[in-house]
Amino acid sequence: MKKFLASTVAASALALMLGMTSVRAEDTVDPNAKQGGAITITYKDDVATLDPAIGYDWQNWSMIKSLFDGLMDYEPGTTNLKPDLAESYEISPDGKTFTFKLRHGVKFHNGREMTADDVKYSLDRVTNPKTQSPGAGFFGSIKGYDDVAAGKAESLAGVTVVDPYTVKFELTRPDATFLHVMAINFSHVVPKEEVEKYSADFGKHPVGTGAFKLAEWTLGQRIVFERNPDYWHKGLPHLDKITFEIGQEPIVALLRLQKGEIDVPGDGIPPAKFQEVMADPEQKARVVEGGQLHTGYVTMNTTMAPFDNVKVRQAVNMAINKARIIQIINGRAVPANQPLPPSMPGYDKEFKGYPYDVAKAKALLAEAGHPDGFDIQLFAMNTDPNPRIAQAIQQDLAAIGIKAGIQSLAQANVIAAGGDKAGAPMIWSGGMAWIADFPDPSNFYGPILGCAGAVPGGWNWSWYCNKDLDAKAAEADSVVDPAKAGERDKMWSAIYDKVMEDAPWAPVFNEQRFTMKSARMGGADNLYVDPVHIPINYDNVYVKDVQ
Amino acid sequence: MIAYLGRRLIQSLLILLGVSLITFALLYLLPADPVRQIAGRSATPQTVENIRQQLGLDQPFVIQYWRYLVKLLSGDLGRSYIQRSEVTELIVSRLPASLLLMVGAILCELLIGLSMGLIAAVKRGTATDQTLMVASFVGVSAPQFVVGLLLLYVFAVRLSWFPIGGYGTWRHLVLPSLTMGILGAGWYARMMRSSMIDVLRQDYVRTARAKGLARRAILFRHALPNAILPVIAMIGIDIGIFMGGIVVVESVFGWPGIGQLAWQAIQRVDIPIIMGVTLVSAFAIVLGNLLADIIAPFIDPRIKLR
Repeated sequence: MKKFLASTVAASALALMLGMTSVRAEDTVDPNAKQGGAITITYKDDVATLDPAIGYDWQNWSMIKSLFDGLMDYEPGTTNLKPDLAESYEISPDGKTFTFKLRHGVKFHNGREMTADDVKYSLDRVTNPKTQSPGAGFFGSIKGYDDVAAGKAESLAGVTVVDPYTVKFELTRPDATFLHVMAINFSHVVPKEEVEKYSADFGKHPVGTGAFKLAEWTLGQRIVFERNPDYWHKGLPHLDKITFEIGQEPIVALLRLQKGEIDVPGDGIPPAKFQEVMADPEQKARVVEGGQLHTGYVTMNTTMAPFDNVKVRQAVNMAINKARIIQIINGRAVPANQPLPPSMPGYDKEFKGYPYDVAKAKALLAEAGHPDGFDIQLFAMNTDPNPRIAQAIQQDLAAIGIKAGIQSLAQANVIAAGGDKAGAPMIWSGGMAWIADFPDPSNFYGPILGCAGAVPGGWNWSWYCNKDLDAKAAEADSVVDPAKAGERDKMWSAIYDKVMEDAPWAPVFNEQRFTMKSARMGGADNLYVDPVHIPINYDNVYVKDVQ
Repeated sequence: MIAYLGRRLIQSLLILLGVSLITFALLYLLPADPVRQIAGRSATPQTVENIRQQLGLDQPFVIQYWRYLVKLLSGDLGRSYIQRSEVTELIVSRLPASLLLMVGAILCELLIGLSMGLIAAVKRGTATDQTLMVASFVGVSAPQFVVGLLLLYVFAVRLSWFPIGGYGTWRHLVLPSLTMGILGAGWYARMMRSSMIDVLRQDYVRTARAKGLARRAILFRHALPNAILPVIAMIGIDIGIFMGGIVVVESVFGWPGIGQLAWQAIQRVDIPIIMGVTLVSAFAIVLGNLLADIIAPFIDPRIKLR
């Protein structure tokens, strides 16, 4: 570790002299980890696809990370960026050019060496509209993106292969989130020949550079991952085999875990059994709790009366009894007072938010001209526990005179109503939003609180658009130098504090994660609540009962 | 006979066409936008429009439906929006499991239902009869979700006689078949009982008894074959009931059939899969009814095809 620090400091010092930011990778492996063994993980739903350009649900997200690699990644169990397929990178002083040096000798599962051409091909592919990638929008800051998105070009002008081990990115604006973008699955590197061979079915025949390779996929039944013996990261992965059994109800999975048949129930502890598990010391000892990059909130449509009045929105913020709502979900969350979750950089620990104060809420409503309250519709997703949470909010609002009718609908219908300007005055976000794509404070702004998201079909369901804050957000995102990350986080804290003054949301809680594992599973606790790997970090965990 | 068959085939095709039109229209009218779902939350409006065009979802309803029908005729059910694989492939890979479960369920319901009905008919009016009929009532009315979990808990978790869910060996098949079969067994028990009572009143049974045949011989050689026929003819109609049941039972037991596929697709609003499974189920039901009607006169000559 000391050596790692020394080399980083030396590299940074050198970079400072050159006026550039440069970082070099150094890898560590848990010395206590045992090599070998197999584990079984269960899921209720089918795995949709293992194509990194397409997969965008929490279930395949972590699986894809084990089959593929990107230029960047995170240190296991943390939100700290580190170079991955890249050996080192440099950022130009204006923050608009990123140059990555690739590792030598990294091989795809088909045996071919990965080079800079593959990096370029993968990005051209993910941004091409024909790929229909849900992640294409993340690459909007790369030069030439608009032409590719419009179908006018086949290749991103801003991505240049300098030599087989060097790739250069030119951006249209300084983008502090770019390193995170190079770590998300959508930018993971794929081999052209395999993609062309399987075409639209590449997601069923994934070939990457990752720690595991796909050994078997029986539709609707099981997926088997096998250790990649040629993995470039020596010493990883620890496990020889991971079997994912599909189609198992969470409650059945828990029974099987109790009988020692499986190692991790991928869908977590079923809510109905949560208290029972936590009351049993033997079972509780195998539960790991951690934060999640999630916030549950109530949106108020700022373009619709009476929520066009900030006092009404503030009154709603003061009327909601968050502690009681958390009781409804068996204490699986912590109360929220701002958009960012506590485990996100930029979270403002000092911020007090709106207190739960019924009398003051009533007074604010009266000031706003609604002394007797009003009638309103509250939209919520129809799966447990969301209708129950909506009912609790309904009761809280009734206490200050607001009579809310609950519209309990299927997920897609609530999302559609939120994306319609005249669709939904109030939405409880549970079950739909918002879990960050990457651990950066900007990810909670643009799509859900910025002007860009306040468009038909967008995710800014409060239709809150503050041009001044949009400018401040752009300013914060132009602080690219990693050395100034602390400064940038402060800028973001200030933006969210201002958002809360305008109160387009009433933040309610941040969900906690609870991962349950078998007694034979080893590795640090944070691998089981890894912020970017749900449910667990497959590459770094191990089993204790191998010889 | 041939005219009858032709008429029934045309009828069946019209029913399938109707089912496809109604399902397609209902899914079209859903307020959820599938393109938004594919494009993801970070998509620009342009990306959304591109995808809409590629999938032909910018076309009016009639054209979309027409294109679907044309592709359907060549056996193409389209690609799943979420899984991005061929719907035909997804359904075909899961059909064997559902068919196996159906066979298991039919065996269970016949075995349990017929023996219950037979015993009840023979012991008519006794406490045994009443107990069996109450039991059949419970079987018919108990929700399959509850029955499934109960069986799982008792026989898999507590007694460890069977595995807790999954697929592969005959041991995996027992509990889900039983869960599905219990519902049908209730019906069969009641039908078998009345059919048997009916047959036992017939003249030929009285004759057999008069000539001094053993009770066992009368029951199994003379009465049972006649009583069982109308009951067997009901199996075709059962397929419809099974199609509803597999969604629940396959989910509870983690059985990789098309019911589970349908349930997942509904939750994710994966329209091509919902369409595909609906059509396949409708086809199975229509086929089952058709077969039941065609076979009925062979089993019971009193029924005539008209």
